[in-house]
Amino acid sequence: MSKLSADQVLKLAHLSRLKLTDQEIERFAKELSEILAYVEMLNQADTDGLKPTYQVTGLRNVMRDDEAIDYHANPHGLLAGAPATEKNQYKVKRVIE
Amino acid sequence: MGVLDLPIADIASKVQSGELGAKNLVQEALNNLEAAAEYDAVISYLKERALERAEDIDSRIVRGEKIGSLAGVPFVAKDNFLTLEGKTTAASNMLKDFEAPYQATAIERLEAAGAICVAKANLDAWAHGSSTENSDFFVTKNPHDKTRVPGGSSGGSAVVVALKAVPFAIGTDTGGSIRLPAAFCGVVGYKPTYGLVSRSGVVAMASSTDVIGPLARTVDDTAIVLEVMAGKDELDSTTIESDAKGYRLSANGYRLNNVRIGIIREYMSQGLEPGVRQSVEAAIEKMRAAGGEIREVSLPSLPLALAVYYIVCPAEVSSNLARYDGQRYGLSTTEAKNLEDSYFLSREAGFGAEAKRRIMIGAYVLSSGYYEAYYKKAQTVRTKIINDFKTAFEQFDFLIGPTAPNVAFKIGERTADPLQMYLSDIMTVAANISGNPAISLPVDRHDELPVGLQIIAPQRADRNLLSISKAFEALK
Repeated sequence: MSKLSADQVLKLAHLSRLKLTDQEIERFAKELSEILAYVEMLNQADTDGLKPTYQVTGLRNVMRDDEAIDYHANPHGLLAGAPATEKNQYKVKRVIE
Repeated sequence: MGVLDLPIADIASKVQSGELGAKNLVQEALNNLEAAAEYDAVISYLKERALERAEDIDSRIVRGEKIGSLAGVPFVAKDNFLTLEGKTTAASNMLKDFEAPYQATAIERLEAAGAICVAKANLDAWAHGSSTENSDFFVTKNPHDKTRVPGGSSGGSAVVVALKAVPFAIGTDTGGSIRLPAAFCGVVGYKPTYGLVSRSGVVAMASSTDVIGPLARTVDDTAIVLEVMAGKDELDSTTIESDAKGYRLSANGYRLNNVRIGIIREYMSQGLEPGVRQSVEAAIEKMRAAGGEIREVSLPSLPLALAVYYIVCPAEVSSNLARYDGQRYGLSTTEAKNLEDSYFLSREAGFGAEAKRRIMIGAYVLSSGYYEAYYKKAQTVRTKIINDFKTAFEQFDFLIGPTAPNVAFKIGERTADPLQMYLSDIMTVAANISGNPAISLPVDRHDELPVGLQIIAPQRADRNLLSISKAFEALK
């Protein structure tokens, strides 16, 4: 059975941009290992010759005309929720120090 | 009996004829909800817009305008549907102050038919949970026993319907989140075929299994609401066409005679609580007495559905929650020194333990080296489950079983062990994995607490599923 180490949990947390306390690392290592142990029952399932299903109703490549549609959201409304804006754009902290 | 206890079709026609005023109905719904405050089902009220819309509907009726099939009918939306008035929180700290710039298609369609959203209901944060205990704000209580959970994640929606505060509510069902609370609270909960109702404007959880559906007191009410919400939407490319006949049912004529029904062996053989078993077996006997051709059937892959779900769902959750980075909307911390710091601090303040758990499991099963073993394997077992359903539906028109192995559990009973909580969805999750429509119907109780009977139908057979449900509901 796969067991997640504290280091693996830390790495996953970092990749997911999550900060964890020491207690959380310990707790998640245990809980995530239990969840992974549970899902390992799938290894016993015979799936020879079967393909994965990603879309259950069989739709493929749903296209629409490349035309602007009348939509009830506008830039002003969308930007209203932003923590910081400038000149009608999102403003974020500097990326390059 | 209040006017809001009437069937939805009657309320709407009385509003249309001027016998009832939409404004009075909205006021009554708001009063009902406030009187039920002890159950903590509601996050916020939408008084202003609701009363404005009600006045508008009343004056349009005076002018002789035809409103629609839900004229003046008040309802409650789970707080993961974007609404123009008030906040849309998904019961999460991340979105606790979020004001949506547009509305969900489902809300737009309900409003166009004359319905009026009066409040937003509590849920497990991000719809992650089976009990509504995982709300970042407060725990909703079961209306039949306040020491117990209402089920989740659409717990608030089920409670307001069970308390008859409003004629219907809407929820989302990703692994059982409409059917489970419907079963625990004793109401009808409907999970449509995947794609039948647009997901546009609904806070995304697991996009390949998320569906939107009604919770109501009767099958007729459920069908009327579904009819309004269903159908293609150019804002959600996974939507499918509505049934040409619609979903609204006629007054009678639905029978169980010669209907082929399969009892899912895998659901009856698992550790069912005695009260649940008795209630479900009694319901099956009634169907048989009414002429249903009922036999047991095995779907051997069904016990794998929850394991598939706990790979596919976190994978999609990790992707869908990546957008909450503190830059565009939602919670954003001011202390951060640089951009990366801002991501970490905002997500730390915005996500609870369960969201973190799912994000990390998702990141793990999608990571290179594990992708084939977990994610791809799960999606292949998904095919196996779909094939089991297809094979079963060659012999049967419908499949039945309990909605859950147990009645509503005690508050706090499962919160310490995430896996124990996940197992609450053991009987609902397969229909999400396969995309089939499924309904939870309240059945006669042998114990104090409600029990749900689940009926599952082939994809796109939503109308048939509602018809058979109505036939069952009519059995006394």
